Amino acid sequence: MKITVDEEKCCGAGQCVLIAPEVFDQREEDGIVLLLEAEPAESEETDVREAAAVCPAGAIHLAEGG
Amino acid sequence: MSQHEQTLRYPLPQEDALAAPAEWERLRSECPVAAVELPSGDEAALLTRHEHVKQLLSDPRFVRPTSADGAARVAPGGVGGAAATGDSTAVPDRGEEHQKWRRMVGKWFTARRMSALRPSIAEIAETLIDDMVGQGKPADLKAALGFPLPVYVICDMLGVPAEDRARFSHWSDAMLSLTRFSQDEIDTAHREFVAYMGDHIAAKRAAPADDILSMLITESAEEGAGLTDSALLGTGMGLLVAGHETTANMIGKMVAMLLADRARWERLVADPSLVRTTVEESLRFDANLGFGMRRYVSEDVEVGGEVLPAGTTAICSMQAANRDEAVFAGADDMDLGRSPNPHLAFGAGPHSCLGQALARTELQVTLEVLARRLPSLELAVPVSELRRVEEMLVGGLREVPVRW
Repeated sequence: MKITVDEEKCCGAGQCVLIAPEVFDQREEDGIVLLLEAEPAESEETDVREAAAVCPAGAIHLAEGG
Repeated sequence: MSQHEQTLRYPLPQEDALAAPAEWERLRSECPVAAVELPSGDEAALLTRHEHVKQLLSDPRFVRPTSADGAARVAPGGVGGAAATGDSTAVPDRGEEHQKWRRMVGKWFTARRMSALRPSIAEIAETLIDDMVGQGKPADLKAALGFPLPVYVICDMLGVPAEDRARFSHWSDAMLSLTRFSQDEIDTAHREFVAYMGDHIAAKRAAPADDILSMLITESAEEGAGLTDSALLGTGMGLLVAGHETTANMIGKMVAMLLADRARWERLVADPSLVRTTVEESLRFDANLGFGMRRYVSEDVEVGGEVLPAGTTAICSMQAANRDEAVFAGADDMDLGRSPNPHLAFGAGPHSCLGQALARTELQVTLEVLARRLPSLELAVPVSELRRVEEMLVGGLREVPVRW
């Protein structure tokens, strides 16, 4: 799985950080998403899918496989 | 908007305090963009499908109406607090200025920062539950726990001392009111709040401390033009109005929904790891979220194949969208383990709730502590006797009588 985030769209809700704190964080200066792991461990994939599905800005994109 | 549809009165009637109006399903399937008449007599377009509500809320062109827009008013004669009329906030609500403000304030509300508040929120919850238990059963869980907890947390964030918490609760209540308080009481509350915050902001400018106002003062000054007193006041007011009544009511409704079918509560008590998804499902399942989010449609926009003409006031019903079967399988069942749960209780897009990480943290901690402390909790009245708050923009229950 490969993750990309859209910083322009991000609204800083922090849902992704609450769900998958190993993969996502928020920038100190403005709360915008910070991707810690673009290719997360398999054990994280369920949480990452949930984070992408519930992102209120639709700012997390996943490329499955590979 | 379909011309053959008779104009509905909005808000729609709800028979039971917790149940969804039967009308939602018909609207979603037959008339997803419906003409409605607001209590003011003005007309608006009601959106009930998840897809449409999300689309309009996410559209950066459209924001909450102010009286300057000439948009539909909620209440007759423009009465109501600032939250109803949309006036008297000095926070920029659109464009680059809004984005700048939002990012500046938003950094305070990061998920990690809110998670760091867990111990202090848990302590507040423990103390309030101690007091409730000490006063004996039955108790009103909303008054004992739901109402005070978020205002204590906001006061802490603003650096407001504990002895002023009760005044803050009242101001917040009055500023959100539609009809419960007289215009005089609303104006007085607003005036007192403005005066109090003026002194408070001056004190923070003189001696910055570890609170959000001090952070905004210091950091906005470092970036050049510092935030004005009125922007700081608007921020403080926004936090109170947005963060108090909403969370207070949600605590009450969440517990009531879980106890209404006690198997839900028992499931949670047996498996506290369900707290996070239970909070999300409570937010989704809440049929009494409030008035809905208004959007002033400033230019023509297509929604579900229909054009909403410029000048329309749209009401985005997040609660109806949250029961949309197209997105949520078994939408009318409360499933504590539901995942993912892309509900719209906090809105969507660039104006989605700034404080949602705080709200989630407060709800999660409250539920954790409550389930641990009072596993025998139950409603002290039949569900049919729960009464809704009728006069506020934010939906809630008047009381949540419980015993344990």
